[in-house]
Amino acid sequence: MTLTIPALRAATAGRRRRRPLGVTLAVAFLALATVTAVLAPVLAPHPPDATSLLNSLAPPGTEGHPLGTDSTGRDVLSRIMYGARLSLLAPLGVVLLSGLLGTAVGLLAARAGGWADAVLSRGMDIVFAFPSLLLAMLVVAVFGPGLTAPICALAVGYTPFVGRVVRSMAIQEGARPYMECYRVMGFGEWSVALRHLLPNMLPVLLAQSALAFGYALVDLAALSYLGLGVRPPDADWGSMIAEARSAILQGEPWSGLLPGLAVILTVVSVNVLGEHLGGAVSGKQRAGT
Amino acid sequence: MTEPVLTVTSLVKRFGPVVAVDEVSFELMPGACLGIVGESGSGKTTIARVLAGLERPTSGTVTLAGEVVRDHSRRARRWRARQLQMIFQDPYGSFDPRQSIARSIAEPLRLHRPGARERHRARVEELLDQVGLDARAGAALPRELSGGQRQRAAIARALAIEPRVLVLDEAVAALDVSIQAQILTLLDDLRRGTGIAYVFVSHDLAVVRHVTDTAIVMRHGRVVERGETGRILRSPQHPYTRLLLDSIPAPGWDLDRVARDRRALDPHPAHGESSCSTSTT
Ligand SMILES: Nc1ncnc2c1ncn2[C@@H]1O[C@H](COP(=O)(O)OP(=O)(O)O)[C@@H](O)[C@H]1O
Ligand SMILES: [Mg+2]
Repeated sequence: MTLTIPALRAATAGRRRRRPLGVTLAVAFLALATVTAVLAPVLAPHPPDATSLLNSLAPPGTEGHPLGTDSTGRDVLSRIMYGARLSLLAPLGVVLLSGLLGTAVGLLAARAGGWADAVLSRGMDIVFAFPSLLLAMLVVAVFGPGLTAPICALAVGYTPFVGRVVRSMAIQEGARPYMECYRVMGFGEWSVALRHLLPNMLPVLLAQSALAFGYALVDLAALSYLGLGVRPPDADWGSMIAEARSAILQGEPWSGLLPGLAVILTVVSVNVLGEHLGGAVSGKQRAGT
Repeated sequence: MTEPVLTVTSLVKRFGPVVAVDEVSFELMPGACLGIVGESGSGKTTIARVLAGLERPTSGTVTLAGEVVRDHSRRARRWRARQLQMIFQDPYGSFDPRQSIARSIAEPLRLHRPGARERHRARVEELLDQVGLDARAGAALPRELSGGQRQRAAIARALAIEPRVLVLDEAVAALDVSIQAQILTLLDDLRRGTGIAYVFVSHDLAVVRHVTDTAIVMRHGRVVERGETGRILRSPQHPYTRLLLDSIPAPGWDLDRVARDRRALDPHPAHGESSCSTSTT
């Protein structure tokens, strides 16, 4: 065994430090939502688009429809389960794309310095100041409805969110003497960035991505609510809320409130998780100095 | 006749208006140890950084193993790395804080001496042993080691590449005196064992006397005196070298004389204190 005493102590201390209850709940909810989305065809009690006009707007608790039905008699539970697929996948796409773009732009700006850095940074400031939702709506106006265009637009809109953090961390971390040691040892700049810079920034990137996921989910739901996102018969939570508008006016809010609750719970969970990841990072840095 | 392993010819490095290094030339024979001494701000670190490829010289040439170092292509940088390595003053910042010492030492091995994983592991153990560290220290993170241990680890990592020249910039300045002696002894043993040559940069004359055969004395970016280290310390020719020697706290230390020497050398002490003059006088 080559484990040193301090390393052993650090490992056990890390394991023993209790995870807050909120974080556990958030992880549990997100896991549930993911499983539901993946296994929707197996788990859902009804097909998502099976209408039954005789059985419309049934309240939650109705036999066979635990969460009730919407105005055309479709099972709300099944539709939430199927809707989770697009509602979770689309923001994930935004986060991955903006993460890649932001990391690339941030590293490039930090590495280039000078006027290139200034141009990239001001560019990010402008995109950052521009409301992402408006950007997505403009893109839809040009390319027509559907999810691909808004996903790309939001990914661009969220790029500064990641890019700014990556840039400042890369500058800060890049100024550490060990970076020069790698240069003297003959390592290429990008290989050092990939092998040492990024891993040291990864926790912050994850925290940032979690927050971006929440924003993207809300933005995409808003687009779908406005009829600019998914097209029927596809459904996500946003379009379900939109379709429930008339029912809500009739005093039967369930078919709209429940997908709304799904949005809120997911966003809150993701934010709690993101904050926890970010907090763990600053805690580690404090312990390190 | 042996060729010098390192030759520096008319090296000049300017930072804007500041001339940090001014027409410096020296050579280093294989297995030899050259000291570079001078006050803080005299341009020692800049020379070390130019040698390691961290700064481009404004003019002048660096010749390593008979080849003039020119371009900064990836291949050229790797070749240079195999000829020359550098140890920095700060042993705290020299390692990626996230990974173990052994992993940090294995990295340059993988880059410069490709081979099987087991071979590398064995070599890392050998290197650790060579600098007086055990497997426990190898498994530790940098922050779990003392300053002296970290500097030993930095030396092991440099030796992994088997360079012909090791540049040490104030390598023991951040360490306690007793630890300094240990590291200096280690460096001396390593040089005898491997035939590696040192460029030993220090502001500390006592330390330089310990390890170097020859030395150059720098002031304001220029070489003001050069020769055998013992001779320089016994009978300094340049008033600045005399001043440096007189500035060492010792029994019978005469502060008035130091101040007088300083005034004689530099009519404007406010300027001469630490900064490099912008135009050479
Ligand atoms: N990157 C830099 N930019 C501007 N000036 C520098 C830089 N590096 C060193 N200098 C200047 O060059 C001179 C020599 O510095 P340095 O080589 O660090 O001396 P030493 O190592 O002998 O203390 C100093 O006047 C210092 O201010
Ligand atoms: Mg220095």
